[in-house]
Amino acid sequence: MTAEHLLRITDLHATVARHEILRGVDLEVRTGEVHALMGPNGSGKSTLSHALMGSGEYEVTRGSVSIDGEELLGLPTWQRAQRGLFLAMQYPVEVPGVPLEEVVGAALDARGASRADLHDRIVAEARTLGVPDELLGRGVNTEFSGGEKKRAETVQLAVLEPKFAVLDEIDSGLDVDALRDVARRVYALARERQVGVLAITHYARLLAELRPDRVHVFLAGRIVKSGGPELADELERTGYEGIAAELGIDELTVVQPLPDADPFGDPTIGSNPFADPLA
Amino acid sequence: MTAAFTADAARALGGPEWLVRRRLAAVERLTQAAWPTPSEEIWRYSRIDQLDLDRYRPFAAEELGAPGDERAPGGGPWAAEAGKHAGMIVVRDGRVVHHELDPGLEAKGVRACGIATCEDDLVSTLVGRASSASEDAFTVLHDAFLAGGAFVHVPAGVVVEDPILVLHWCEGDGRASFPHTLVSLGEGAQATVLDRFGSPQTDHLVDAVTELLVDDNAHLRYLTVQEHGTRTWHLGLLRAHVGRDATLRTSAVALGGDYARLRSEALLTGQGAESDQLAVYFGDGEQMLDFRTLQDHDAPNTRSDLLFKGAVEDKARSVYSGLVHLRPAAKKANASQTNRNLVLTEGASAESIPNLEIEANDVRCSHASTVGPIDDEQLYYLESRGIPPEEAERLIVLGFFDDVFERLPVGALTRGLRRSVVDKLEHARARR
Repeated sequence: MTAEHLLRITDLHATVARHEILRGVDLEVRTGEVHALMGPNGSGKSTLSHALMGSGEYEVTRGSVSIDGEELLGLPTWQRAQRGLFLAMQYPVEVPGVPLEEVVGAALDARGASRADLHDRIVAEARTLGVPDELLGRGVNTEFSGGEKKRAETVQLAVLEPKFAVLDEIDSGLDVDALRDVARRVYALARERQVGVLAITHYARLLAELRPDRVHVFLAGRIVKSGGPELADELERTGYEGIAAELGIDELTVVQPLPDADPFGDPTIGSNPFADPLA
Repeated sequence: MTAAFTADAARALGGPEWLVRRRLAAVERLTQAAWPTPSEEIWRYSRIDQLDLDRYRPFAAEELGAPGDERAPGGGPWAAEAGKHAGMIVVRDGRVVHHELDPGLEAKGVRACGIATCEDDLVSTLVGRASSASEDAFTVLHDAFLAGGAFVHVPAGVVVEDPILVLHWCEGDGRASFPHTLVSLGEGAQATVLDRFGSPQTDHLVDAVTELLVDDNAHLRYLTVQEHGTRTWHLGLLRAHVGRDATLRTSAVALGGDYARLRSEALLTGQGAESDQLAVYFGDGEQMLDFRTLQDHDAPNTRSDLLFKGAVEDKARSVYSGLVHLRPAAKKANASQTNRNLVLTEGASAESIPNLEIEANDVRCSHASTVGPIDDEQLYYLESRGIPPEEAERLIVLGFFDDVFERLPVGALTRGLRRSVVDKLEHARARR
């Protein structure tokens, strides 16, 4: 049994282009726990994941993010990852000519970890997650389909075994089979390898397989309600509007979704999606 | 021209009569040759105005030694690095000092020898066949002082499996050398040739010409590697003629030199001819790497592809200027041209100018060109896995070049060439 670790997010505020997106997020995740954070498009969910990981696009203006009491917010992205944080991205980036094995190998090298059996482990995870062998020979994510990218993110997560994994809409772009493969693997990592999981989603279907311990409703840049798995059922019935009405909240989003936006597609077209959120 | 590049000096280099006559004719032309300036389009962005020819003189005949006097025992580490090979020609300061060839291939009529010493009359008819159509002041100067150089010939129908190496070393402050590589493949022949250039840290002028003559149905794979010292100037012409249904793949790796220029030209003369041109270049310090390419289609159903990828660091500069020319005869031709550049530091710069000239109907043609820094999103992605920024950058740069490295012939060299790129990146970073 590995030691228990604690990811603590306290009063986290973040802005993009001086517009406040995160408005005081509080959350604690322990290793081995699965948390689902559910919110509509434009509620700031992706901002939370990137603020945790330290993307230069977002400015944290207040609050704290720590693992076992060690503050992460002053650290560059790669050091946060080395402290045990992993972000499975909503839009995994294509890196031509750098295969997945090279990425994971370099990540292990940087941690001073061994590359022993790396190739076999990756091949095994790829089979479990339905990533075709030929994709392993390409640059990571390069000309992968949306679903293949999510599967490949999960392969990296499984091999790197971080303390905490933030899954940013890992379900978007996945068909039913892929969703089941990915969710089952993440569930196993949490239960068997004690990975603490924060699954960010706006769609309840992920939760059937992921079986979260805790569910959080995220509206307009903060968590407005937390509960057990039954909260997801309530959400299914009432929708975000229902929860907002129940809590007397007017505002659901901090970012206006683009007109005609595909609810399961990219709500943030462009390099700086939040540049002018009120336009 | 300058005092040192005289008819007497050209005559004294010796060799067969045809070669001496050829030199003297070039000396004549040299007196009329216009000296290039950056105001000409083909020299735009170049550093040609910084070249002071008076700083250099050609080697004297006694310095080079008699054409038949082969002093060097072999190719040293370069021969070993290239792995198993079928033959080798070692060229010092433009003159062949060693040649060897698999006896079985020799018996089939394959030649790997010196232009000035080859017993075959064929060579005299082939030198200049490709390069003369692309004459400029430097090819004329080259012809005037061509002491010898390498000749590789594969007769019709003969397949040479292992590469043939041509290894050029140029040395000496204030000297100019004129390396020549002539490769001729008969009908249906196949071969792979490595043409590797280097020099120490000497102020040397290398004026090089490579000619590739690929007859009908022949297949040639060619790799040139340029690793000069950082004070050397290199002005090279690589020109190929590709016959009916023949294929040519040229590739260039350019890492060295102070100013290093390569004109890379493929003329598709026969129906169904194909050429691929690849290059990797990496400039750092004050280097300038300059490429002018030509994909010249003069027959129907010809296909050409070009992929040049470069990176610049420090205050280095690069130029890519390429032309796809589809002549009236080039019906149903298919040509593509891609140049991509990474600019790794603010003081560095890259120019990229793709051009098309289309005179034929019913053709397909595409071009693409990019110049930019490393993508922030790629860096962030790799860093989010716990990879430090320097290592992430190294992976991205090597990954950027990967699709060219993967396609290089002479696979034994690829690992070392990747290592050379990493070394340059790391040295440049240490200076940041």
